[in-house]
Amino acid sequence: MQTEEQVLTDKITASCQTEDEYELVYHKPATLVDVSMHYCPGCAHSLVHKLIMEAVEEMGIQERTIGVAPVGCSVFAYDYMDIDMQEAAHGRACAVATGIKRLMPDKYVFTYQGDGDLAAIGIAETLHAINRGENILIVFMNNAVYGMTSGQMAPTTLPGMHTTTSPDGRDVSFYGAPIKVSELMANLPGAFYVTRQAVNSANAVRRTKKALLNAFKYQQLHKGTCLVEIIGNCPSNWKMTPVEASKFIDEEMIKTFPLGDIKVPAAGDIKTLQSNTHEQS
Amino acid sequence: MTAFKLMKGNEAMAEAAILAGCDAYFGYPITPQSEVLEYLAREMPKHNRIVMQAESEVASINMVYGAAGAGFRAMTSSSSPGISLMQEGISYIAGAELPCLLVNVNRAGPGLGTIQPGQGDYFQSTKGGGHGDYRMIVLAPASVQEMADFVFLGFDLADKYRNPVLILSDGAIGQMMEKVQFKPYTRPVIDKSWATTGKPGTRNRNYITSLFIQPEKMEEHNLKLEAKFRAIRENEVRFEEINTSDADYLFVAYGLSARICQKAMDIARHKGIKIGLLRPVTLYPYPYHRLEELASQVKLILSVELNSGQMVEDVRLAVNGKVPVEFYGRMGGMMPTPEEIVHHAETLIQYHHAN
Ligand SMILES: Cc1ncc(C[n+]2csc(CCOP(=O)(O)OP(=O)(O)O)c2C)c(N)n1
Ligand code: SF4
Ligand SMILES: [Mg+2]
Repeated sequence: MQTEEQVLTDKITASCQTEDEYELVYHKPATLVDVSMHYCPGCAHSLVHKLIMEAVEEMGIQERTIGVAPVGCSVFAYDYMDIDMQEAAHGRACAVATGIKRLMPDKYVFTYQGDGDLAAIGIAETLHAINRGENILIVFMNNAVYGMTSGQMAPTTLPGMHTTTSPDGRDVSFYGAPIKVSELMANLPGAFYVTRQAVNSANAVRRTKKALLNAFKYQQLHKGTCLVEIIGNCPSNWKMTPVEASKFIDEEMIKTFPLGDIKVPAAGDIKTLQSNTHEQS
Repeated sequence: MTAFKLMKGNEAMAEAAILAGCDAYFGYPITPQSEVLEYLAREMPKHNRIVMQAESEVASINMVYGAAGAGFRAMTSSSSPGISLMQEGISYIAGAELPCLLVNVNRAGPGLGTIQPGQGDYFQSTKGGGHGDYRMIVLAPASVQEMADFVFLGFDLADKYRNPVLILSDGAIGQMMEKVQFKPYTRPVIDKSWATTGKPGTRNRNYITSLFIQPEKMEEHNLKLEAKFRAIRENEVRFEEINTSDADYLFVAYGLSARICQKAMDIARHKGIKIGLLRPVTLYPYPYHRLEELASQVKLILSVELNSGQMVEDVRLAVNGKVPVEFYGRMGGMMPTPEEIVHHAETLIQYHHAN
């Protein structure tokens, strides 16, 4: 007995004479290093790495892009992204990015940071970088826990959410409410574009990609900081399957962290960008 | 260019930074070195250089990391509490092998302490300060002229070894005015092909990191660093000797206390006591070897410091029990007078050698 899959494969093989006749519908970006990643199965970090590298490839800016990796699960981002990168101390990515960008204002500089990194230990560096309108992109991976150190409470942990350091659920009266980083930072005049996206469905992935592309493009304008918050996941520490984690995002995470643009550039601000009007994501 | 100017130590240092081709300075105000940031905030833009007041010393040092990692000459300065705050960043900079220049205009502590000068940061500067196995080259200026000279030297050594260099000054040297001369300087050509300037198709990606998660790789990196520190110890020891050729006794002092000891030495010699002075200019690497040699010549060594006795541990290490090593110091921003030092030396000589 052949399995369904084998039947299908045989059919396809029979209909194609040579490999050349396959229609290529998707390939990994060449800017992504071709190695297997260390992330847990279903982890959003790997997907977002790929989206960033797709954006870099599509814009043809590999030679002019410098990334800053955080301390967190994505500490090895430079193993996967085929661009020049610096690894920052925990929370200091925005200060490091400031040092790079101020010296090389025509390069594209981005940070990639988790919620512990950005919203706890590094909130001062983040807030001040945005307040100065540092012309960088901050990719903020919000998975509501400290993934790397195995699931402690983060500033973005949901009320009542169980973590290893909030075993009875996050008590808001004791720890305060989760910090809505994007809403907070969007208030700063230095913030040029602030959006919150997710990657738990095909549509969400497309919108995130668009947001990243927009944010990279806006860097050409020298008009301020772009903050792209992405609701990530942490199946391992949420103790869920990736599918359950995706559902948890739709049912719980977005109640506290609603998706969508929080601050978009004024039309007049982006009219100099050739052929790219901002597409609502 | 070669004319003398009358300047404050901190300002001479700031001017030297500009002449040394410092591309970027990041700092946060703290007494007694705020003049550096103020001077550079005024002057750097005229030279199209980057100067920025950061939100904290934590941010300053990480901005230095970013700029140095991108291949630029970057610098920060602060005073003791601010330098404490930078220690994590300094450790990362050493781990990632980034050249940069740091300046500590030492004030007395611990804690918030006082804004008066001190030398209480000797341990922090020379024995690590931050976490992990690393060393900084530590230069100790004793004059406004050296405040300027060591900026050029510091940047060059940092580039040469891809390591942070610290100028350990103090509130008095930083604040006092003396004449200073800026000598012509040409910046050496340095290969910075490791810097993150954007990856062209013609090379592999560059990344700056201090992370080596596998123990084998970490140890390999540690050994590489250690080989570098060994080269530094072998090649970069600097010190000044005064009146040592006929000396029966020896002062060891750096920076401001060396200035005071110089006067004390003159007074003692006037009284017929043959005292010499060894002034370590590099506190790391330390002039252990020269001290060891002098220990077989002199009968007593007195380490004079503005702390409770920190460098004296290195003196004892070098002398290794050959002759008595004593310590004299004041703290809290209080200065010993040359007479006090002479009196102390006389008492010790009496105690150890009178009978
Ligand atoms: C100064 C310092 N404190 C603590 C740590 C330990 N640490 C490593 S990663 C991390 C939290 C990471 O969480 P997050 O930023 O949310 O990233 P994630 O792993 O969830 O992607 C912590 C606390 C550290 N490396 N440095
Ligand atoms: S621990 Fe969580 S955030 Fe880290 S790789 Fe695993 S799933 Fe991803
Ligand atoms: Mg996290």
